[in-house]
Order: sequence, then C-alpha cells, then structure tokens
Amino acid sequence: MNKLALKDEILLKVEKPARYIGNEVNAVVKDKGLVDIRIAMCFPDVYEIGMSHLGIQILYDMFNRFEDVWCERVYSPWVDLDKVMREENIPLFALESQEPVKDMDFLAITIQYEMCYTNILQILDLSHIPLKAKDREGQGGGWGYPVVIGGGPCVYNPEPIAEFFDLFYIGEGETRYRELLDLYKECRRSGESRKEFLRKAAKLPGMYVPMFYQVEYKEDGTIEKMEPTEDGIPKTIQKEVEMDISDTYYPKKPVVPFIKVTQDRVVLEIQRGCIRGCRFCQAGQIYRPVRERDVGMLKEYAVEMLKNTGHEEISLSSLSSSDYSKLPELVDFLIGECGERKINISLPSLRIDAFSLDVMGKVQDIKKSSLTFAPEAGSQRLRNVINKGLTEEDILKGAGLAFEGGWTRVKLYFMLGLPTETEEDIKEIGALANKIAAVFYETVPKEKRVNGKVQIVASTSFFIPKPFTPFQWSPMCTKEEFLEKAYMTRSAIKEQLNQKSIKYNWHEADISVLEGVLARGDRRIAGVIESAYRKGCIYDAWSEYFHNDAWMEAFEECGIDIGFYTTRERSAEETLPWDFLDCGVDKEFLKREWEKALEGTVSPNCRARCQGCGANRFGGGVCFEGRSGT
Amino acid sequence: MKVRIKFAKTGAMRFIGHLDVMRFFQKAVRRAGIDVAYSEGFSPHQIMSFAAPLGVGLTSHGEYLDIEVRSHAGAEDMKQKLDRAMVEGMEILSVTALEEGTKNAMASVAAAEYSVRFRQGYAPDPGWADRLLAFYGKPVIMVKKKTKKSEAEMDIKPYIYQLSASGEGDDAVVRMMVNASSSGNIKPGLVMEAFWKAEGKELPEFALEITREDTYTDTGVDGDRHLVPLDAVGTGF
Repeated sequence: MNKLALKDEILLKVEKPARYIGNEVNAVVKDKGLVDIRIAMCFPDVYEIGMSHLGIQILYDMFNRFEDVWCERVYSPWVDLDKVMREENIPLFALESQEPVKDMDFLAITIQYEMCYTNILQILDLSHIPLKAKDREGQGGGWGYPVVIGGGPCVYNPEPIAEFFDLFYIGEGETRYRELLDLYKECRRSGESRKEFLRKAAKLPGMYVPMFYQVEYKEDGTIEKMEPTEDGIPKTIQKEVEMDISDTYYPKKPVVPFIKVTQDRVVLEIQRGCIRGCRFCQAGQIYRPVRERDVGMLKEYAVEMLKNTGHEEISLSSLSSSDYSKLPELVDFLIGECGERKINISLPSLRIDAFSLDVMGKVQDIKKSSLTFAPEAGSQRLRNVINKGLTEEDILKGAGLAFEGGWTRVKLYFMLGLPTETEEDIKEIGALANKIAAVFYETVPKEKRVNGKVQIVASTSFFIPKPFTPFQWSPMCTKEEFLEKAYMTRSAIKEQLNQKSIKYNWHEADISVLEGVLARGDRRIAGVIESAYRKGCIYDAWSEYFHNDAWMEAFEECGIDIGFYTTRERSAEETLPWDFLDCGVDKEFLKREWEKALEGTVSPNCRARCQGCGANRFGGGVCFEGRSGT
Repeated sequence: MKVRIKFAKTGAMRFIGHLDVMRFFQKAVRRAGIDVAYSEGFSPHQIMSFAAPLGVGLTSHGEYLDIEVRSHAGAEDMKQKLDRAMVEGMEILSVTALEEGTKNAMASVAAAEYSVRFRQGYAPDPGWADRLLAFYGKPVIMVKKKTKKSEAEMDIKPYIYQLSASGEGDDAVVRMMVNASSSGNIKPGLVMEAFWKAEGKELPEFALEITREDTYTDTGVDGDRHLVPLDAVGTGF
C-alpha cells in the first residue's frame, strides 16, 4: 500500500475518511514504472455521488485494460477537507496511488450536470493546475500540467466552460481514446509541445479543442460566427458513437466502495438512447440512435459482476427499460439467478402496466415500494406539446392495477414552465393527482386499505431548455414566474377532494434559473463561473451550499444579463453556441419538432415510425431494426 | 454450522468504520462464494455477528465475526476463499467451527488486549514507564466517564486486568488488557488520558496509535477469570 496522501490527523478529523484512502475492492493498482500514460479520471462531486456513476466505471475499466495506461480516480474533496487542503497547501491526489493529480498525463473530467461547474474549478485549483487552458503552456513544451479533458452530456454545450479545458471529447468514450493516447505517446516521444499535441488532437474525430476556435458576436449579443483559427481544424465536430455496444468495453469488476454510496449495486446498462423523443429531454436526442445490448452478453455480465463485487442488488439501467425488446427474458433470468442468492433486483424507469407490475411484484416488497409515474405535464394538451406519450387513461389504468396488487404509494413527477403552459394545464396537475387517489378509494375496499389512505407525492421541477432538444429555442421562466406556478400548483392540489392524500414538493427556483444560464450559455459565461468560484461557490448542486447571492454578484460584476440566456426567445435562424457540434440529429429535425410542439402535434416513437432525425447516418441501432442485411 | 472468523485490520483500513466493515464482510462472503445462511423474511440478511466494534483510527490483529454456513469444504478452503476476497490491510487469520450453543461473537467478548504507541512528536517524557506503572499501582483510578446525559466519576482500576510499559522515545509502548464486555468496556485512550492527567497534563488529541492485539472471552468458572482469545473456543474442521 502506498503511503496515504493525508496524514492521520487530517483523516481522523474529516467526515468519512474512507472517501480519500482508495484501496477498494477491484481498484486497479499498477506499477507506475511500467506504464507510459497516467490518467486521473474525475467526477467533480463528492465520492458517494462520483462512485455511483456508470460512465466512469466503464472508462476506468477500458483504460486499465490498456497495458501502457494506469487510470486512477479522483473526486471532489468534501467541504471540510477542501478547507484543510487550501490551508495546508496539500495538492489534490488520485485515490489509487495517492499521488498528485498534477503529475499525471491526463486529467479527464466527466461533466454530468451544469451545477458542478464550480467543482471543476475546485478540482483544477486544488490540483495546482491553472484554471485556464491558455495558462498551462509555458516552459518544457508546456508539459508541466496534465492535459485536461472534458466529457459527458454537458459537453454538448461546452462553451461556458470552454476556456478551462484543453480538449473536449464529444460523445461515447469507447471509440477514440486509444487513438488519442497513441497520438499523445507519439508527440511526447518526438518531443513535440503541448500545443502541437492539441493541434493534432483537434483533427481526430470527436475532439474539440476550444483554443483553436474563435467566436464573434453581433451587436445584439447573439453569435455572428464561430470559426477555427487555423487551417485544418474542423469547422464542425460530430459526436462519437459506439455502434456495437454488445462487443465493447464494460466492467466485469467494478470498484466496490467501503462506504455506502448512492448507487450501491451492480449496474447493468441494457441499452443506450430512447425511442420516445420527449421534446424536453436532452438524453433522448444526444444518445441516438437507440442501441440494445445483446441479452446473452447482459446475462453473462450480470453473473460475473455479482460474483466479482459481492453486491446484494442489481439494477438495470436505461432511459426507458420497458422499451428493451428482451426485457422479459432478461428479468426471468435474473429472478432465477438472484433468488437463490438473495440478491435484490431493481428495475427503474419501467412503464406501469400489467407486465411491469407482475415483475415488480416478484422482485420487490410491495408494502415498501412505490409506483412512479412521470406524466411531466398535467393536461393531455401539454403532454402532446412535450410529446410525452403517456395518457391519463394509461396512468389511471396502471394505478388501478397497482392498487389491486397491494401498492399504496404513488410518486408523480411534473415540470412547470413548459412551453405554451397555461393556468389550466397547471390546475390539471391537481386534478390528475386527485383522480389517482379516487381510483384507489374506488378500487380498494375499506377493510383492505393497509394504511387507511393512499399516499400520493406530486413533485414538480422547473423546465430548463437544453441544447439539442426541440425546446432549445424556447424562452425559460423567471424565478418569480416559476414560484408563482409552484404556488398555483399547491392551491390546485389543496382544492381537491382527496387533498389529504396528496403531498406536494417543488424544486428550488433560483438554482433552476442558474442551470438555465449554464445550459445554454456561451463563452462569455466563463467569467461568471470563475468569479462565483472565487467568491467561494462550490457544490452548487447541494442546496445547502448553493449561494445565489454570490452568483448574482458575479453576473453583476461581469456585466452579464441573465435574461439574455433564459427568458429571451431565440429565433430559429440564430446561431446557437453549440451549433458547431453535430450530435447526430439534424437541426432541421429539431426545428420541425419545435413547430409540431407549438401546434400540439405528437410524433410517434422511433419504432412506430421513423421521424427522419438523421441518426440513421450511424448505420445501426433502432434505425435499421428488422431490416434484412443488417 | 457456526463458523468463527478471525481477521486483522491494518494500514489504511483503520479508517473504515465498524458499519462499513460489516458491509465489507457481507460482500466479501458473497465474493468468496461461501454458502452462508440467511435469515427468513422478505429482506433476508446473512446471519453474521461481530465481536467488538473497533474505533476508526485503530488497527487490530484480533477481530472476530461469526457466520452460519450451510455447507463447506473444510476450514482451510474457507480461509483461502475468504482471504482472496480481502483487500490490502484486511487479512483472514483463522477460521474455526463453533459448537452448537456457543455464545455468539458479540456476547462472548470479555476483554481486549491493546498496545499503545505514540505518534511522531508525541513521545512521552523520559522515565514515563516507571511513572505509568506507579500510577497503575494505585488502588483506585478515578476517571470522568462521559455519557450522553452526564459526566460520571468512576473507578476504572477493576476493569484494567493487566498493564505493562516499556521503551523510550519512538520505542515507547504500553500493553494493557482491559474489560471489553458490553457491561464494562474500557477504551485504552481513557486509561492513558487518566495517566496524563495525573501527570498534570492534557493528552493531545492525536498522540496515540492504538492496536487491538486480540479479543478475549472468559472461560473461567465460578468467578475465576480465565481469558482466552475468541478463536480458542473454536475447533478445526
């Protein structure tokens, strides 16, 4: 075991020292003398969140299968240790070797949500790496610092954080990292500079090197154009997609944390992408085309992963598990495999119907579990606008079946502030919750009601338009409008006959507004993020550490108008900050969907009828299902 | 069959708390492929009992847990399988079978033996060992024991079964056998604090490096204490 980076006095003082010692089951330790490339793979949030992320486990496994690479993990130190590290000037270290991140070849950061942006700066700062890519050159060919790479869903609009990164990898990591690493080795061997490496990297598919692009703005603040600053740098960058997800990297031995983490189980990703095409959903667009993993592969991995981790639970992961074509076969296999060994099966994102209720009844304790519906909007009209193909009939029928089966708890998820939303739509949220409660009292006779009542929890989040969705042009509400909508929802629920059975929660409005700015921001937002960070903002995703005042001050100081990024209606002709990226669906398709949304017209799902989004260019997945010769 | 497992917890593992050690072993038993017995009910759990919780920061060469197995291929096979499921700093020391009716690990604990060393920069003043032994020789050792509600004065002398001290500077070490049963558990830090206080000083927070050397059960009859390590009551299989 390597010497720990932190002395006992510190580890005994901070909360959960196990976050910082590494040494977990299946953590990979290599002889650093025998590898050429060292990578620190980072999730910029606390250990328990970062360790729950599947993407890092996949890439960690992939990199460590390369003999010449040692990939380690690093997470955000929690606020208590953050303070100590600053006071004592202790450099941030990777868990496996306990050695400084600064000495690695790459620092690869996965960016899963906008509210982690200040934590990215925390990671760079604590690692003693200059925040801005342009400040990392300098002596020795510029190799004094690791190459900082960003990946994950937020890089579909990397512009607000562009200046903090040397390079962004756009799309799925399985495909191009080997080429990038080979290029790196070649450049280091031949004594080329950091900048020359980045110049060459920018020409690899899927790689975006912000320093080789320049943005010009119009007088009204919108983008005039974004151009490469040198010949040979591509004008647009297409995302990378792994088309054969049954024969690619997937961890058979994921790392098993000592402390309880959010996702404390084996995670089996059964498919990528979603056929549904909900118009607010970014994942539903950027992960196209839908690709299923082979059921044989999944069975083999399930068994191996359970054996190698000792976890007592396995969870299927996908955006919409019910759409996986071999779900019954897979679930039957898992029930057989797991029952004997007392392993729990968790099946999130299932549509509630007779099949799923039957399965859930077999694998869960009905008394303890709750049903989840995500209608997202209260009225059918608005559900048509957002293309959420869930009808009131589906919900009431599903709930009725579930109540007959013994369930008594229902969770409902809605969004407030969706495009075209009216007061009527909001009132329908209350009405729908009430109808579900009524179904319970009609279905379950008094003597059979376990807790006497049905428990319905309705939660609302605020709608935030995201890049590469049909709603990317949509205005977003102000904080005041959001709160008004939340109060309206609350009163609508209070007016219901069954209001005592319905509990209502809503999300914080100021965090949503900020997320809206970061999601559709441009390069001018970087200054605000840095300024907020300098004012002490980190862990913005944690409401107890979110300091809206500091952020508002930062906007003020940088002279940035929040409304420009949130409430402003963008015209379909506007050049958007992320237009230089090609996420696989055409802008024309998104425009058509935006127009259909405003008309309240639904689009069938990918399997029902192809909508011509453009993702068929990748030559596989759902686009070619059932066709001969593929 | 009931099986008693003895393990060591050293190095970085001293920062893993007791509840997480329990979770670690539940997963390790699965990884090892041990045919463990589960409780009944909708959420069955492994039948598992740990001897005495070890505080965060302490290392140990004598930790114990009992499990119930449905089948096995001998003690050596089980020991090897479990050892392969460990991480650095966790080591399986022995696997023994318990007779039907043996008290479980937790209920069996009577005493624990500790060695106490001093972190760099915290070595005691020269001649400390003789002074500590003289302190231990007193008939009564009163300490303030904090409970959740109040602070109570108590005499811990009857709970310290043995104490020795030797070495100077970096080699200074105290060994003590103290009561570790649920009714009168004494932490070695408490004894050292009392000594420091008798010296008219405050024991610094991070001064001590404590290792539990072993955990003992009392096999004596009629009130005669006869302490043996917890795995001494088990047999090979």
